Amino acid sequence: MKSVVSVVALVAAALLGSTAVRAADVEVIHWWTSGGEQAAVSVFAREFDALGGDKWVDTAIAGGENARSATLQRILGGDPPGAAQFNPGRQYEELIAGGMLLDLTDLANKEGWANFIRPASISEACLVDGHWWCVPVNIHSWNWAWASVPAFEKAGVELPTSFDDFLEKAPKLKEAGIIPFAIGGESWQINGAFGVIQTGLLGLDKREKIIKDKDLELAKAEMPAVFEKFRQFKQFSDEGSANRNWNDTTNLVVTDQAALQIMGDWARGEFGVAGEKAGVDYACLALPLDKPTVSTGGDIFLFPKQSDAAVEAAQLKMASMMVNPQVQALFNNAKGSMPIRDDVDMSLADDCMKRGLEIIKDPANIAVDAGRWQSNDTTGQMNDLVAQFWADDSMTAAAAAEQYVTILQNAD
Amino acid sequence: MTQIAEPGERAAPGFAGTAAGRKPRTRRKFNIQSILGTTPMIATAIGVFVICIIFSIIWSFTSSKLFPNFNFVGLSQYERLWRTDRWIISVQNVFVYGVLSMIVGMVFGYLLAVFMDQRIRQEDLFRSIFLYPFAMSLVVTGLVWQWMFDPNLGIQSAVRQLGWTSFEFAPLVKQETALYGLVLGGLWNGVGVTMAIMLAGLRGVDAEIWKAAKVDGIPTWKTYLFIVLPMMKGAIATAFILSATGVVRVFDIVIAMTQGGPGVSTQMPAIYVIQHITDRANVGQGMAAATMMLVPVMVIISLQYLFQWNAKRKAART
Repeated sequence: MKSVVSVVALVAAALLGSTAVRAADVEVIHWWTSGGEQAAVSVFAREFDALGGDKWVDTAIAGGENARSATLQRILGGDPPGAAQFNPGRQYEELIAGGMLLDLTDLANKEGWANFIRPASISEACLVDGHWWCVPVNIHSWNWAWASVPAFEKAGVELPTSFDDFLEKAPKLKEAGIIPFAIGGESWQINGAFGVIQTGLLGLDKREKIIKDKDLELAKAEMPAVFEKFRQFKQFSDEGSANRNWNDTTNLVVTDQAALQIMGDWARGEFGVAGEKAGVDYACLALPLDKPTVSTGGDIFLFPKQSDAAVEAAQLKMASMMVNPQVQALFNNAKGSMPIRDDVDMSLADDCMKRGLEIIKDPANIAVDAGRWQSNDTTGQMNDLVAQFWADDSMTAAAAAEQYVTILQNAD
Repeated sequence: MTQIAEPGERAAPGFAGTAAGRKPRTRRKFNIQSILGTTPMIATAIGVFVICIIFSIIWSFTSSKLFPNFNFVGLSQYERLWRTDRWIISVQNVFVYGVLSMIVGMVFGYLLAVFMDQRIRQEDLFRSIFLYPFAMSLVVTGLVWQWMFDPNLGIQSAVRQLGWTSFEFAPLVKQETALYGLVLGGLWNGVGVTMAIMLAGLRGVDAEIWKAAKVDGIPTWKTYLFIVLPMMKGAIATAFILSATGVVRVFDIVIAMTQGGPGVSTQMPAIYVIQHITDRANVGQGMAAATMMLVPVMVIISLQYLFQWNAKRKAART
């Protein structure tokens, strides 16, 4: 009996003693599964493991929606992951309000995040009421088009200079056996391209009035034309677009089967993985072409509260690692996104990223990501509407615009 | 999802009950062990299913977002639901999908069972082949069919490479035909089970019946159709209930094959519910949709009870 007691005591002592110095596993949920994304996320994993002790446990879930759902369900179910990827904006506002996230304010103040994270609209996604609730890791802009230079050459036309110019050249591309407009049939891809075209047609001011201030009269007046223009793009897409992943779609441009894709700058990573060179094999066109803008999408990591002090220490270590200038350079070069701070070494950056960094310097060029103003519920309704309009030719632009206004009117 | 599918599943013992109900009842004492033994199951049934359904209904009248709350907003979640094109399309889809896949599934299942019933050689092998798809996850089934239907990889491109260049077979890319592509994938997965149940039903028919039919000179196909088929009510009901519950909660095969697209043309109610209670963080809206999904199931169950009660009353009168 006595020996049993002593064994138990020993085990207990070993367990208790180890908590103080025990290295923790931090499970990270993210949706970076394409080639370029994998290369980027492994930078984080490698750098975190190199800090010693703690371990990055990778949980990659394909598809942003699926990954976010899994995170939310696990937090609600009391089994939160150590860290999770979200898009900056309102996707996690209730987690903050519900007190479910680790407060990073002390760390942020110590390292002076507010001083180096730019532009302000990026830090605002994480800095809520004076507290830091997440770490922005990159800036991604939706407002890009990716063009295959050989495809345009094959059709004997120059790169487009505007949306209308592209639509004029598209029949020639089609004749040359090239898919003029590459798009994947997933609703977020369709709505993303729609948003870029909307920005192009309306300009930043009107766009902000509609999406942020919910100016219904303006939406009624302007949106039918946007839907109309969007339909013109559809006739130049291919029949295989239904249900196609974004990176498979980008691959059509990489392999010169398609001429143009409107997609965020995460597509750049795919060109990089394929060994393509900007300006020679492909061209990145900042949209709208006459007055280029950069939208402030991107990714953030948040750290759900944990009961284990060792994990919490590791979470803070991870947060600090993610904003480290060197890690930022490595990560963003692999990812094709812009770093969240100015003082990183972007000498490896290619022409496309340099162009983006140029545009973002002027605050007047910044298109605040729609996700900052719209809840995921509203974004989802917009996705459904635009996808339905895209697939259903019998739906008129006027009817679609009317539904757009209804969604806007009821948005929370 | 479980709480939605559950009432449908519970209907199965009810059907068996119609047969059991005719037997003369003998009262007997419950023994303590059987009560103790079933208590956990009863507790689970009430706790998980009944209480969850009640909460689902309550939350459908609230403005619950990510976290459920009790901020009641009346019928506004339902108003939004029935104003949403995507939901209305989902409801139409589940009806079309259900009717098609159940009718075709039952007919094919019966034909396959009749085929197996011909005392063929290697019956075990064939049975395994037909049942095998059911052992596969619907996600795998869906992906395989998605590839086969893909215009650039699948059947269409294979036939075109053989020389028939105008051949077109890619149902999933057009919104008019995508739903039928789903039905095909679902049938391939489920028809084996229907066959197995039907085959068991066929084998359960007394050999004497067959002999009698032979003596009377009735052709085999007529015997199958007009004599044997009506005697397999139990097997048919079981197969029907099983496929019906599969239809109400159809989810994974759609996600794997079309993700509800092109556009929203193959959306299903279950996807609407799941999406709203997870990524879209609108539990109130999701629960309103879930409650609407419960309605047809409730109607079927109450109809069944009505029939049972009617049959009992008739039996009492005679």
